Amino acid sequence: MTAAAWLHRHVGARLALLLAAPLTWLIAVYLAPLGLLFLTAFWQTDSFTGLVQRRLTTANFVDVFTEPAYLTALARTVGVALVVTLACIVIGLPMALFMAKVAAPRWQPVLLALVLTPLWASYLVKVYAWRTILGATGGLGLGAVVLVLTYLWLPYMVLPLYTGLTSMRASLLDAAADLGAPPGRVVRTVVLPLLAPSVIAGSIFTFSLSLGDYITVQLVGGTSQMLGNVVYANFSTDLPFAAAVATLPVLVMIGYLLAARRSGALEQL
Amino acid sequence: MSTNGTAAVALRGLRKEFAGRGTGEPTVAVDGVDLDIAEGEFVTLLGPSGSGKTTVLRMIAGFERPTAGRVVLRGTDVTDRPPFQREVNTVFQDYALFPHLDVLRNVEYGLRVTKVPAAQARERARSALAAVRLEGFEKRAPAHLSGGQRQRVALARALVNRPAVLLLDEPLGALDLKLREQMQVELKAIQREVGITFVFVTHDQEEALTMSDRIVVFDRGRVEQVGTPAEVYERPATEFVASFVGTSNLLQPDAARQVIGHEGLYSIRPEKISVLQDGAALPDGAQGASGTVAEVVYVGSATRFVVDLDAGGRLIALQQNSDTSSMDVLAYRGRRVLLSWRREHGFAVPRAQT
Repeated sequence: MTAAAWLHRHVGARLALLLAAPLTWLIAVYLAPLGLLFLTAFWQTDSFTGLVQRRLTTANFVDVFTEPAYLTALARTVGVALVVTLACIVIGLPMALFMAKVAAPRWQPVLLALVLTPLWASYLVKVYAWRTILGATGGLGLGAVVLVLTYLWLPYMVLPLYTGLTSMRASLLDAAADLGAPPGRVVRTVVLPLLAPSVIAGSIFTFSLSLGDYITVQLVGGTSQMLGNVVYANFSTDLPFAAAVATLPVLVMIGYLLAARRSGALEQL
Repeated sequence: MSTNGTAAVALRGLRKEFAGRGTGEPTVAVDGVDLDIAEGEFVTLLGPSGSGKTTVLRMIAGFERPTAGRVVLRGTDVTDRPPFQREVNTVFQDYALFPHLDVLRNVEYGLRVTKVPAAQARERARSALAAVRLEGFEKRAPAHLSGGQRQRVALARALVNRPAVLLLDEPLGALDLKLREQMQVELKAIQREVGITFVFVTHDQEEALTMSDRIVVFDRGRVEQVGTPAEVYERPATEFVASFVGTSNLLQPDAARQVIGHEGLYSIRPEKISVLQDGAALPDGAQGASGTVAEVVYVGSATRFVVDLDAGGRLIALQQNSDTSSMDVLAYRGRRVLLSWRREHGFAVPRAQT
């Protein structure tokens, strides 16, 4: 019996062979470290020696949730991520609408490439460029963080919106207009409801990327800190506490994804 | 043509060019169409794909801007108006039902966006659904309807707005044959009932002949003929109409001269031709041509004889199988026969101008 014939009859073995490599990668590189991070968050640091002690405690989480400075950082982080996501939707929607439904077909790939070109440049180069521009005008601070993050993540919003709009049948828009709806009404009653999954798909990118960012905050944020900066600041001195702080965006993101799954948006990714 | 009062739709010198792909030679989709459609008329735009019939419909709806010419609805020039300011509604080929709205909300949509009070909108939507026999389907999602039901929702959604003109873009194309035939009868009945002007686009000549008050035959962006189904079928104005509507049965000028002494292109519909034994006497007032049966196609209720004429060219004769069986007719293959038809059933076909 050949190996192929044997595999054909043994479905379990076939699956195991197929999935072994990707599952190993997923577990070793993503899930195990995440578990370790979570475990580390329950360890403690000896205040004299500064060494990590592997004894379980909930003190780190108590600190995070009782110290106003950290709660402020949490609220600020989620707030910035939400505002950035909203800004990306507001700017990205008309862009995607133009690219997918207004521009001539032969221009569509060109426009798409143009939207994606900023991704070809290094993140650091772009943030330093913004720092130079904003620093010269004295515009550093939370507003600058929102501006730069919006600039950075916009392509990740435009792409799913564009894809969603491309697959939206033109006859639906014609039908809405035909039934008497002016353009604004067509967008509100037909385009947006049908595009909701794409909006949520895009927002998963913009929201999670904003949630974890700390370099932009450090370079253009002035004195305001986000969770990433708290992690960065405690990373070398109190690793378990840094781990506890790092767990927060993960939890926020899990909540966000659960909400997104309920809307059916995850099938659009 | 509408002579009493204003036409529901009047097209004047309508022309549409599309920018050419690449090198830039524009494609002419519609090349100067003049047409008057009377109130309450069921008019079919008939033609092969790419003949410009759908583009004409889309210009009446306002989805396409004419390159030249005017669109006039009930005496008002609407050429420059967007679709949402035109008193027409469309039934789309793919129905274009809103997937995120249930059946009732789909039907209500046009009333809602034009600010009809909610209670009244609901009332009208329900009775429109009743008119297309879809009571009880109000809460269904379009995805959970059959093709025929979707088609009827699309019809209700358009008719509920009481448009001056209803435009139908090959609405039966996606249905299977049985359902299509049933919907043809139903559509015609609904149209008679509501009295709204229907402009119907199709490439199916049988559909056009079945349903229409008048047929407008399109070819390459131009109107070839406008007439009642009987006129278009029995007296085609051009060679194109003769071959596109019904089975093409043309005698080329050479054969026509030999057989009946006619100068020019000539045609007889297959069902008007009788197949007689070779050497039989022609009935009074009949014309005839002898030939050899090249092919016999048994189609159940009838048989189609393809006959190569001695004078050149071939004619198709359609015979009812009233007292013949498939065995009888199939034995005809290769036999010599005499085709005969009454003089008045043949007609001369004007040569195409181009």
